[in-house]
Amino acid sequence: MEPFEGTLLYLEGVTVSFDGFRALNNLSFAIKPGEMRAIIGPNGAGKTTMMDVITGKTRPDAGAVIFNGRYSLLRRDETEIAEMGIGRKFQKPTVFDSHSVFDNLALAVKADRRARKTLWRRETPAEHGRIDEILKTIRLTAVQNRLAGSLSHGQKQWLEIGMLLAQDPKLLLVDEPVAGMTDAETGQTAELLKEINREHTIVVVEHDMTFVRDLGVPVMCLHEGSVLAEGTIDQVSQNERVVEVYLGR
Amino acid sequence: MSSHLLVRSLDRGAAIFLVVVAAAALLVPVFNLVVPPTASLHLPTYVVALFGKYVCYAILALSIDLIWGYCGILSLGHGAFFALGGYAMGMYLMRQIGTRGVYANPILPDFMVFLNWKELPVYWYGFQHFPYAALMVVLAPGVLAFVFGWFAFRSRVTGVYLSIITQAMTYALMLGFFRNNFGFGGNNGLTDFKDFLGFNVQAETTRNVLFSLSCVALMLGFLVCRGIVASKLGKVLIAIRDAEARTRFLGYRVESYKLFVFTLSACMAGIAGALYVPQVGIINPSEFAPGNSIEAVIWVAVGGRGTLTGAALGAVLVNYAKTYFTSGALAPYWLFMLGSLFIGVTLFLPRGVVGTLHHWTALRRVKLSAAAEDGVAAALPAE
Repeated sequence: MEPFEGTLLYLEGVTVSFDGFRALNNLSFAIKPGEMRAIIGPNGAGKTTMMDVITGKTRPDAGAVIFNGRYSLLRRDETEIAEMGIGRKFQKPTVFDSHSVFDNLALAVKADRRARKTLWRRETPAEHGRIDEILKTIRLTAVQNRLAGSLSHGQKQWLEIGMLLAQDPKLLLVDEPVAGMTDAETGQTAELLKEINREHTIVVVEHDMTFVRDLGVPVMCLHEGSVLAEGTIDQVSQNERVVEVYLGR
Repeated sequence: MSSHLLVRSLDRGAAIFLVVVAAAALLVPVFNLVVPPTASLHLPTYVVALFGKYVCYAILALSIDLIWGYCGILSLGHGAFFALGGYAMGMYLMRQIGTRGVYANPILPDFMVFLNWKELPVYWYGFQHFPYAALMVVLAPGVLAFVFGWFAFRSRVTGVYLSIITQAMTYALMLGFFRNNFGFGGNNGLTDFKDFLGFNVQAETTRNVLFSLSCVALMLGFLVCRGIVASKLGKVLIAIRDAEARTRFLGYRVESYKLFVFTLSACMAGIAGALYVPQVGIINPSEFAPGNSIEAVIWVAVGGRGTLTGAALGAVLVNYAKTYFTSGALAPYWLFMLGSLFIGVTLFLPRGVVGTLHHWTALRRVKLSAAAEDGVAAALPAE
């Protein structure tokens, strides 16, 4: 049996160098379907580069990235990988500012993405219903006709999570979802992610320890491009080496 | 489905635009042909040709707004597509001259006889037939845009780099067309036209018909653009403009969207050029000059990018100003005025004329609805 069988995402020996600097150094881990995993690590640990590799933005120098137990992601670009079922939320909330909240979701809803198909396309009632459902989940029903650019920072974060949901991916990569949020919003976001996790596999990268604790999921700490420690949040935060890299020597 | 798309895309501004252009298409010929020359309302024929030129520029501006205003592709080489369409039309018009040329050669245009060419180059074949020439008007710029765009968008050349290579493209074409052995009349270009579809291009009626045709082309081009920007594809274009990477991670193949809209826009520019040539009576390599393409972008900026109507309005306004100022004592200063206009608009009117109007109405609507909500709140009994 191959080691990646039965996994949703499998990384082995992934190495990425930028001008001699090793952003990822022999990084290996596996995510099982249905799992939610939190990834922490100090600045420059390689968290965002890892997401770039998985989503096809950056090509690794060495290593393997296998999706859904059989498909290598290394030869595919962002569009193909998104089509295969990996959704990504950026660190800085990225929504389409001059579209309404509703249209942002409508653009994300799973559908034929080819140019000649979209020219004549309108939302079907089923899609409309799906969008309404998502609006409720991300608590933006009341502002669905407002331009996304006019939303608050926290609302933009949620809208982007909603867009991920609309894509209905097998795997959600969520980069710092609570950066810049108030405590109340942070709590709500943890609830939202837990709700989403019932049907989707999630990898969430976050700095905010309270938030990671709220999530209550297995944690993996990255340092200098490889895995430093794994376990529950308590195990990881008591790990001496983790404390060392976070506090500095 | 398509009628549905049309209805959806027509708002008040669009309706006004269509009515104005349709009115011009009907009234300008009336004031030129029906109103007697002695009456004060009479329009001289040279003005009809001038207006026709503005309308062609408006179509060019529309094509630029479609890619710049809605997809963020700033082409500084759109004049090349305009000129290519113009040359295709010019080649048709040259072949219509026949034995009426200076050298009375039934096949070869004058400049070829002058260069001592014995045979018509292969790429001139078929241009005596209007349908073929009309096809080339769309195909020549379309194919160039497709090939250019295929390489540029696939390699993810964006922003200022794309603008620079579009400039290089039009400049290279200009140098090519300046050469005599290129076979397009060198620096003199193509001129001295006689007939268009059997009608004398100099005749008053032909000029009026060409003007009205240009107006119809402008309306059709406008409707096509409106249909596109109001469709889901249009929403994807705006998404690409605002956050290209995000669109890609949503699973859209950004390069095919860009390629589609860029090619379509080039075809529109080609049609504009083709209508322009019989009305001004000449096409020469200076139409490829990089400055022309930049000027066209200024029209769009002045009128308001991302509004379509604004692009057309900007083209007419700026060109009217150009005609007005370059025919008086201020002529030597026109380029300074154009430059300050661009700087002024960028600094003080970044949305352009129509964009600013849209913005004001949107603000007023927000205020009105806010006031209405306040009114409701005030009318409710206090708890």
